[in-house]
Amino acid sequence: MEYQKYYVPESSKFPIFAAFSLFILIIGASSTINSLDNPESNASLILYTGLACFLATLFFWFRQVVKENNAGLESAQLSQSFVYGMAWFIFSEVMFFAAFFGALFYVRSFAVPWLGGEGEKGLANMLWQDFEATWPLINTPDGGKAFVIAAKSMSFPGWENISHWLPLYNTIVLLSSSVTVHFAHLGLKKGNKKTFNIWLGITVLLALIFVGLQAAEYYEAYEHFGLTLNSGIYGSTFFMLTGFHGFHVMLGGLMLAVMFIRSVFYGHFNEHKHFGFEAASWYWHFVDVVWVMLFLFVYIL
Amino acid sequence: MSSVIESHHDDHHHGPAKGLMRWLLTTNHKDIGTLYLWFSFAMFLIGGAMAMVIRAELFQPGMQIVEPEFYNQMLTLHGLIMVFGAVMPAFVGLANWLVPMMVGAPDMALPRLNNLSFWLLPFAFGILLSSLFMEGGAPNFGWTFYAPLSTTYAPPSVTFFIFSVHIMGASSIMGSINVIVTIMNMRAPGMDLMKMPLFVWSWLITAYLLIAVMPVLAGAVTMMLMDIHFGTSFFNAAGGGDPVLFQHIFWFFGHPEVYIMILPAFGIVSHIIETFSRKQLFGYSSMVWAMLSIAILSFVVWAHHMFTVGMPLAAELFFMWATMLIAVPTGVKVFNWVATMFKGSITYETPMLFAISFVVLFTIGGFSGLMLSIVPADFQYHDTYFVVAHFHYVLVPGSIFSIMAAVYYWIPKWTGNMYDERMGRLHFWLSFVGVNVTFFPQHWIGLAGMPRRYPDYALQFADWNMVSTAGAFLFGASQILFLFIVLKTVMGGKKATPQVWEGARGLEWSVESPAPYHTFSTPPKVN
Repeated sequence: MEYQKYYVPESSKFPIFAAFSLFILIIGASSTINSLDNPESNASLILYTGLACFLATLFFWFRQVVKENNAGLESAQLSQSFVYGMAWFIFSEVMFFAAFFGALFYVRSFAVPWLGGEGEKGLANMLWQDFEATWPLINTPDGGKAFVIAAKSMSFPGWENISHWLPLYNTIVLLSSSVTVHFAHLGLKKGNKKTFNIWLGITVLLALIFVGLQAAEYYEAYEHFGLTLNSGIYGSTFFMLTGFHGFHVMLGGLMLAVMFIRSVFYGHFNEHKHFGFEAASWYWHFVDVVWVMLFLFVYIL
Repeated sequence: MSSVIESHHDDHHHGPAKGLMRWLLTTNHKDIGTLYLWFSFAMFLIGGAMAMVIRAELFQPGMQIVEPEFYNQMLTLHGLIMVFGAVMPAFVGLANWLVPMMVGAPDMALPRLNNLSFWLLPFAFGILLSSLFMEGGAPNFGWTFYAPLSTTYAPPSVTFFIFSVHIMGASSIMGSINVIVTIMNMRAPGMDLMKMPLFVWSWLITAYLLIAVMPVLAGAVTMMLMDIHFGTSFFNAAGGGDPVLFQHIFWFFGHPEVYIMILPAFGIVSHIIETFSRKQLFGYSSMVWAMLSIAILSFVVWAHHMFTVGMPLAAELFFMWATMLIAVPTGVKVFNWVATMFKGSITYETPMLFAISFVVLFTIGGFSGLMLSIVPADFQYHDTYFVVAHFHYVLVPGSIFSIMAAVYYWIPKWTGNMYDERMGRLHFWLSFVGVNVTFFPQHWIGLAGMPRRYPDYALQFADWNMVSTAGAFLFGASQILFLFIVLKTVMGGKKATPQVWEGARGLEWSVESPAPYHTFSTPPKVN
């Protein structure tokens, strides 16, 4: 078999635009955050300019890759590079979540019990001698001097209240969406574009429902339970883990929506070539697995 | 649109564009490698200048030339710039230049992403350096940025620091994905994994480590950001968090990070020792397995940086034994390098001088590390100049010497010109003497109890600090010579043959010198 040339673009304007807009973006982000208590600051304009430029660059960059693909420039070897690239990108995301799960496990197994006087480093209890270790940690060790004590946690409320428990519905929605995206994949592999479009559309819809439910849960936490980022380590880990997960759901949902638009309006993807969709679906399954971990370690246990 | 793309495709062999645009828009692995190497050299000189400020202040006891606040900023930026700006980009630059040629690939697997990985760096370091001119000054909490020093007590510029670390991390992750994909997917037919040159192996493992730990660093700085500005209490015990948690997360990143800065050096030194001993490398497969073991062990030793922080005894013991275990695969490597030289017909060109001194001086740094791994001994050594001497021995005559060795070894392939051998040897000897005069006395003043990170010290440490500063300025000045030698070689010199060195083996030596802009557009045959 003759070697099919590996496509290397001679030069590209996208990366330098992406790098420069990220530069603007982070200057804007840092300045905005540093001037949060200054209502007259215009720093957020820099932030939004950078963000808009970055998103636009990504749009044109991906569009170019799709065009090259449709023009037949992609050899089998190049497609394989994308497969490996996506897999390793997801691995890096796994490690990002690992940092936050690690923090959760550490405070639950070590830091909080020690502050409560249990275990080998229970000496830490001398700092706040009235503190008793519990999880979910509602009363902060300092007795709420520097923090706002929440009324209630988001954990499992007992079987009698389970029908009002939002995370359960979130779990059902997200787990089903993993199944529907798989049905879409099966349909595509058989060459049935209609099945593909319908199931993919349902998946995007489920993603939207999940984000909506998550927003409702946050509203409930802030307005009714008084649980905020400022509620001590329970609130910190709860909002950071579910927040980053929610952000990744939005990202994955956006990817799937783009694939949906490409398929429905531009007729992209067939049973042989559909890695764009496949990559997005891998990402979606990853987001789903993270949720299962969250449900287990943040909500139930 | 497709016709436009096709025309791009046809002028594939026209060579590089001219002027600044070539460097801004390039997708060529050799161009990007060159950019990385020059960027890293610039950062090396900037970070080095900061080291000179530090050493000048420490020349005599008492406050000499800078304010203590500024000293802290220099200390912090020196560490950050040398780790993230000098050593890591230099290795990525070498990977860019060499990995595609060594495996017989036409370029890196994801060329546009490659360009992005590089161009993020000047912006990230621009922001980091600009913090020197911000209100409250630059980050001043040391390169390990322990909470609460980096949260509750940090200057406002910490926000810029956090985001620039994010960007550096993104650059590293994308660069590493590119290296892994290139190695896994772009090898010429016949280039089996266990036939790969060791530099390629070392980078495969390094890239894996980078993808595994850079996101953890991103998580750490994100928690800092939230603690500082949004009221969370990850590192605040009053809310149920723990400042020690920061150290755990940081060193879970930080320990693999130090192997990220040495594994590619192992690869480079293996090639150079093999070439100038005119023998096949002793124990190729044990070299691969040793690197893999070091990489895997690097995930379970992080808390040896924290023995004095107050951990349960079981943890202290576990991390002590796990750390000592790393000496075994490292010992295998040192043994193999020595065995490769044994009965070889050795010649002492500049790369070989750097490589041999790497083996000796890195081993000294390794042994002092072994001393530090002993928990009861570490209680004495912790945060003294002994630690400073230890990690500078593995980083300067370790990582940096290997990078210099690599530059001398491969620069004829990059430029087509031989460097000036006499000046190269002069550079080596000045650096060698400089580095030992700088850092060896720090072992003694550390054992005698001089703490690190202070701009002043007790009178009994005065003599050796003076010696150390003299050595530092000798080492610093000799790097100007290095810059001169590199520039002279780029401008011209004796023409290099394709093989360059008599004992050199590998695909990169089968192409002309300088290597053509595009190599291996069709894969070569590998026997």
